[in-house]
Amino acid sequence: MSGNDLHLTLKVWRQAGPNVPGKLVTYDAPGISPHMSFLEMLDVVNERLQEKGEEPIAFDHDCREGICGMCGLVINGVAHGPRRATTTCQLHMRYYKDGDTIVIEPWRAGPFPVIKDLVVDRAPFDRIIAAGGFISVSTGNAPDGNAIPVPKSSAELSMDAAACIGCAACVAACPNASAMLFVSAKVSHLGLLPQGQPERKARVLRMIAQMDAEGFGGCTNIGECEAACPKEIKLENIARLNRDYLAAAVTRRPETGSGGAG
Amino acid sequence: MSAIPLSDIRPLGATVGKKVLLAVTGLVMYGFVFIHMVGNLQLYAGPEKINHYGELLQNAKPLLWTARIVLLAAVGIHILLSLQLWLKNRAARPVKYSHQDYQAATYASRTMILSGPIIGFFIVYHVLHFTVGWAHPDFVKGDVFHNVVVGFQNPFVSGFYVLAMVCLGFHLYHGAYSLFQTLGLRGPTVDKRLKVVLTAISMLIVIANISFPLSVLAGIVKLPAVSAPASASLAAGK
Ligand code: HEM
Ligand code: FES
Repeated sequence: MSGNDLHLTLKVWRQAGPNVPGKLVTYDAPGISPHMSFLEMLDVVNERLQEKGEEPIAFDHDCREGICGMCGLVINGVAHGPRRATTTCQLHMRYYKDGDTIVIEPWRAGPFPVIKDLVVDRAPFDRIIAAGGFISVSTGNAPDGNAIPVPKSSAELSMDAAACIGCAACVAACPNASAMLFVSAKVSHLGLLPQGQPERKARVLRMIAQMDAEGFGGCTNIGECEAACPKEIKLENIARLNRDYLAAAVTRRPETGSGGAG
Repeated sequence: MSAIPLSDIRPLGATVGKKVLLAVTGLVMYGFVFIHMVGNLQLYAGPEKINHYGELLQNAKPLLWTARIVLLAAVGIHILLSLQLWLKNRAARPVKYSHQDYQAATYASRTMILSGPIIGFFIVYHVLHFTVGWAHPDFVKGDVFHNVVVGFQNPFVSGFYVLAMVCLGFHLYHGAYSLFQTLGLRGPTVDKRLKVVLTAISMLIVIANISFPLSVLAGIVKLPAVSAPASASLAAGK
């Protein structure tokens, strides 16, 4: 331990399982190195809890390098904590001061029930993707690399939207627990490219239908999602979703049969 | 998982579709409050001008009733959908955070459900006050100038008008730009200009409308010494 170590007080949401009441529990956390990541800090706290024979704090994580979208905590009332464009796993303890109190809560949304402590069930996002967040392709020989022209600006906007890692910080931060930023990223990512055109109208209609059915709220253009997003997905994508939805709703035709891609 | 049949999807029942209708009805009302404010400015041109304007509207019955029906429908749809969406949005977060530190939300954007209903109550009162006359102490049909000046001489009435217009200002501060986002009508080249223009229009509406009750209270706009015909006949009847 060095002289720079932090002595923190943590208030952590503890909940033994789904459908049981939970509460914020206070933990004393001395000797936290400023070089640790936020999750490493929780690892240390958990080791100490286990040494005392207590149940460790459950939290989600996987890559710990900001690319998988598994981690996600609401830290002092901000999804993924105080740093812009930073996942919880990439947040470091050097941004905290000795003596700080840190409140840690799970993503809060009706469609995301708490599984345990800080772990929530984000399966609704998988079902939204399954409803339309894909393109259908025929297998066979690989097509020529540049056979289909893609304007550079479309490619860039599409890539920006494709940066979404599906962490759901947008839902956690939105006062309405809306999933619009997530859905708009997927709709934009696919809809801006030629390969996404055949299913473009059906995609936006189906993904929104699934989003609504899961119980997420609607968008009120408040912008908390954009501020919380670790991948800086822009609100402009939601405008594009709205535009696509309106166009699809007005121009869609009765279905003439199933299939088509095969 | 099997795909959702497209024929089962009712866009106007979806959050996005409802929000589009909220935006369209909001735009209709936004247009109306702007035109209404411009018409009101004739208060500063004296009794003849504004009474003549009122007469003009009263004589254009088909136009008047079309406008009234469109506005009534817009207000009704706007209120119904905003409440439906608000309830769904609230239900989406059954467990609140112990504390949430907002990063981008504005006061206006978080209080739409407060400013909106206050405007709603105001609309009802305003119609009973100046259109129907039931909520007016000395209503003279056709004498718009008299009704407005007498109506605003009560500081509580004027105060409520000012409050309602401040609420309208907050509502439009968020709503006017929000509606373009909802309709998908924005992009990097228009964003800045759009925001400036919309904010200027909203401020103009609010400031001009607030100036009317204040001008009456300050005595800048007052009943003519020799009363206009309708007021004169009323005075004679006493
Ligand atoms: C002169 C009257 C009114 C005007 C000009 C107006 C205008 C608007 C506009 C332009 C929007 C934005 C729509 C969008 O985001 O796409 C809006 C939203 C809204 N309005 Fe109104 N409105 C009026 C009256 C009312 C009333 C009477 C209520 C009462 C319930 C109300 C409640 C709401 C709510 C709750 C929203 C949604 C807020 C949000 O999305 O954050 N409004 N309004
Ligand atoms: S753990 Fe993979 S993004 Fe944080």
